[in-house]
Parts: sequence; C-alpha cells; structure tokens
Amino acid sequence: MRRDRERGAPHISPMGLGAVLFEAPGAFDLEHQRRIWALAQAVERWPQVREAAPGMTNLLVSFCAPPRDLAAVEQALLAAWAEAEPLTTESRLFTIPVAYGGEDGPDLDHMARETGLSREDVVAIHTGRDYTVFALGSHPGYGYLGVVDARLFIPRRQVPRLSVPEGSVSIGGWQTGASASAGPSGWHTIGRTRQVFFDPHAQTPVLLRPGDTIRFVAERVAP
Amino acid sequence: MIEILSPAGHATVQDAGRFGHRKVGIGANGAMDGLALATGNLLLGNAADAAAIETPGVPMRLRFLRDAAFALTGADCAATLAGRPLPVDWRDFARAGEELCLGHARRGVYCYVSVAGGIDAPLVLGSRATHLRGGFGGHEGRMLQPGDRLPVGQSAAGAAAFGVIAPEEALPLAGAGDGATVVRVLPAAEYDAFTPEAQHALWTTPWKISAQSNRAGYRLLGPVLDLAEPLEMRSHGLVPGVIQGPAGGQPIIQLADAYTAGGYPKIGVVIEPDLWRIAQTPLGGALRFQRCDHAQALAAHDAAHAHLDRIRLWIGTLGLAA
Repeated sequence: MRRDRERGAPHISPMGLGAVLFEAPGAFDLEHQRRIWALAQAVERWPQVREAAPGMTNLLVSFCAPPRDLAAVEQALLAAWAEAEPLTTESRLFTIPVAYGGEDGPDLDHMARETGLSREDVVAIHTGRDYTVFALGSHPGYGYLGVVDARLFIPRRQVPRLSVPEGSVSIGGWQTGASASAGPSGWHTIGRTRQVFFDPHAQTPVLLRPGDTIRFVAERVAP
Repeated sequence: MIEILSPAGHATVQDAGRFGHRKVGIGANGAMDGLALATGNLLLGNAADAAAIETPGVPMRLRFLRDAAFALTGADCAATLAGRPLPVDWRDFARAGEELCLGHARRGVYCYVSVAGGIDAPLVLGSRATHLRGGFGGHEGRMLQPGDRLPVGQSAAGAAAFGVIAPEEALPLAGAGDGATVVRVLPAAEYDAFTPEAQHALWTTPWKISAQSNRAGYRLLGPVLDLAEPLEMRSHGLVPGVIQGPAGGQPIIQLADAYTAGGYPKIGVVIEPDLWRIAQTPLGGALRFQRCDHAQALAAHDAAHAHLDRIRLWIGTLGLAA
C-alpha cells in the first residue's frame, strides 16, 4: 500500500480559490511538526492571511481575499519554511482513562482482525506510548495525536460513520485521538473516555494545546 | 424582537461566518448561501456581517413584535406577510404583530429572513453564526424552536419596499440542459492520484445529492471515484467546497458546517463564489462539475462582487437604504 508521500520538497497546492495547503517534505514526525508550528506563527502575521491552521505536518493558509498571484504566495511560503526553526512549546501531560472495546469501541475487533493482533495487544500497544498533540482541528477542541505504532496502522473507513459519540477514541492511519463532541467520523473507534475536551461556556473552551502530551490508560477492556 | 411561531425545521441564526479559530477546530459555519445573506444585508443597509434567520425551505411562521424593515433572499418560499404574497430578493416592512409565513421552497432551498439591524444574538468568538456541533453561537447554540424570541439590532430603516435582480439571472452559468446545477471546480492536490476513469467521471457525471446531506456536507450518488493506488493521508485543514473521494466510496462535498480538517483524498474544490449554487440545489437534485483554472475562478469571484457592488450603488443612488 502506498501509505504516504514522503516528498523531497514541500508541496503547495491550491485549496479552492481562497486557500492553499502547504505539505512539509519528509517523515511524519514531531520534528517536522515543530517546524510547521513555527511556519504557522510566521504566516499568520502576514496581513493578507485570514487563518493559518496546522494539520499533520502540513499547514492550511486561508486569505482575506483570493490571492491574485499564486506563484508569489508559493515563493513566500517556501522562504518562510526555509527559515522555520523547530518551535518548542510547553508540554502538559494529560492522562486519559479509556474503556476499550464493546459498545465503547465497536471497531476494536475489526482493528484486531486487520492488524493480526489480539484485542489485548491492540490496547497494550495503543496505551504503550505517549502521544503528542500535533494539531487541533476537525471539530472544536479535537486533538490530532501522533504518531501511532506502525503495528496499529489502519486505513480510514471507506464509508465514514454518520455519528460517533463524544469521547470516542479512534485510529485513522498513523493518527489517533478522542472525539471532543458527537459527530461523523471516518476513523476506527476502539474505545471511549469521559474526559471533556471542549466546553463552549468555560473560560478556556479548548482543553488541549499543540505540544501537549496524552497518555491513554486502559480503564477496562470489554470481554 | 421576532418570535418564532411554528416548528422551524432546521432553521438557525447565521451570519457571514466565524474566522480566526480554525486552529482549535472551530470552522466558519455561517450562511450556506453567503450571496443571499449579503444581498439581504445590502437591501437593509445592514453591516455585511449582520446575522439573519436561515431556513432550509420548509414551512415556518414568525411574528414581528415591533415595526421592522426586513428582506427575503435565497430560496423562493412563497412568503406572505399578514396574508399578502411577497416575492423573493425583496425588501418590505412589517408592522408590529404581523406574521410572516414561509411555505415550501418552490425555487431553491435555503431562505434568509434578514431584518434591519440584524438578529442581535450574542457574539461568540467574534460571530453570531450557529455552531450546531459545538452547541454555541446563534440562538442558544441550536436550531430555532417555537416560542424563541430573537432580539433585533437598532436600525432607522424605513418602510420602502423594493426588489433586486435574482442572483441566477445576474450571475448565469450555462447548464447541460438536464436541470443539473453547474458549479466550477478547481482540481485539488490528489486529483492526479485518481484513475483517469474517475477524473473523467468527475467532469461528466450529473451527481445526485443524496438524502444523507446537510449543512456539514453533501454526499453524492454516482460512479465510485477510484484511486490509482491506495493512499492514506496525513490529516490537513479543509475548506467548504472540498470534494473528497473516500476509497471505494461516494464523493462528499464539505460545506458550511464541515470539519475543519480531514484526510480523505480530495479530487477538487468547488470555488467559493459558486457555493451558493450548491446551497440552492435540493436534495435529490443533481450537480455537474465544470473544470476551471485560477483565472476563471478569480473572474467568478470578481463577478459576484461586482453584482453586490451594483446593488449597493443602486440602493445608495436612489437613497433606498434609509
């Protein structure tokens, strides 16, 4: 399977008329992500930029008005990337208890079958390392966590589920995370946590910040 | 103040969108038909970011609790004010106590009831747009219900009644003669990763909009868009208009309430100036994708802005906004 594009140079593509996607070259790792954070900090200061939103070793840049000269945008992004030094952020540790399998994790059996592991091994491997919040996105307060152990790599679902509940812990590709609210998902749901990640009425609505560390702990594994 | 009288379906308070919070996963939301919202605000002399009631073409009744200039834009919902039929793309004036009735949409889908001064819902993170998934913004972060009373901002707008040209007449886009709505699409990063058959199908299929469609996105029925080889991507930011092709699955167009990020391969992006055309195509209707380049997309953007500028100039020249 062609799992990824490990290009030698950044790839910049238009995302419709009003945005461009910058994709970093090289491995899917924290070092590249730290440079993406630095790039985002630089780019969001440009007056023509409306939003700069990091993804997983990539950056979506949207503009206040459609750029007239795409080549100039591309050159500016490449120059900013060349100058982007890995950004170090404060990392707070969050320990997240998870109920794996059963109704809480309807895709755990599927994960085990697809990866050739036992259910217990899937859980042991998923809880066996700390993850870094690479980026926030998808829905309010959702943290994209990297990077999943290669043994748990699984392609996204062919047909997204129309809704998974808040707190659903899931895996998609090399990425994992816990849903901050109920909604559709193309990932594989293996468990559920009661941790609240987003509260629009709280002083700080969003719990996680890029760079934070997440440690999943198995509260139970359904028989 | 406006009171909602009847079950309002999926009606929400929306404005031009919430920006600046994409990096914590909070997308723009806002009106599905941004052109209709902008037109309503122009007709009333409102600020461009004033909020309106958006309703998806199902019957709804509301009552004005004080005299107010208002506008109807977007879908034609066979509206009546105190029994008097009203056209769409139209501004009128309601007396306190009068009822506005919207019927089933007979053209288009999303209808906007704008009111002079705007719906004065509290600003949340800089916007009045309803974020349904997050449960905030708009009116109490939810769809409107009978009994809801919506505050209205201050305005000195008077009793003038007049209309403007319909957007589909001002901004025509020739179709294939089969009734499908044509929208222009820029190829996206993974366009070349799809098979030649998938690329051909993208441009030649009348894509039916499935019933599993809503403000978050439209699922399309038609040929499966296959990748030349499997591709599992790193998640990245999305914008409304992105056409994703899940492996072996049906394409999905992300819309106003879309996720802010995702990772299905994207074959193209419907250009922002044509998103209103999607919003006004009913479920069960069809879309056709017309390939365009950056210059053509810019021309479409400029044409939409010129249309709004002409309305602004006309209203200003005739002194109608007051």
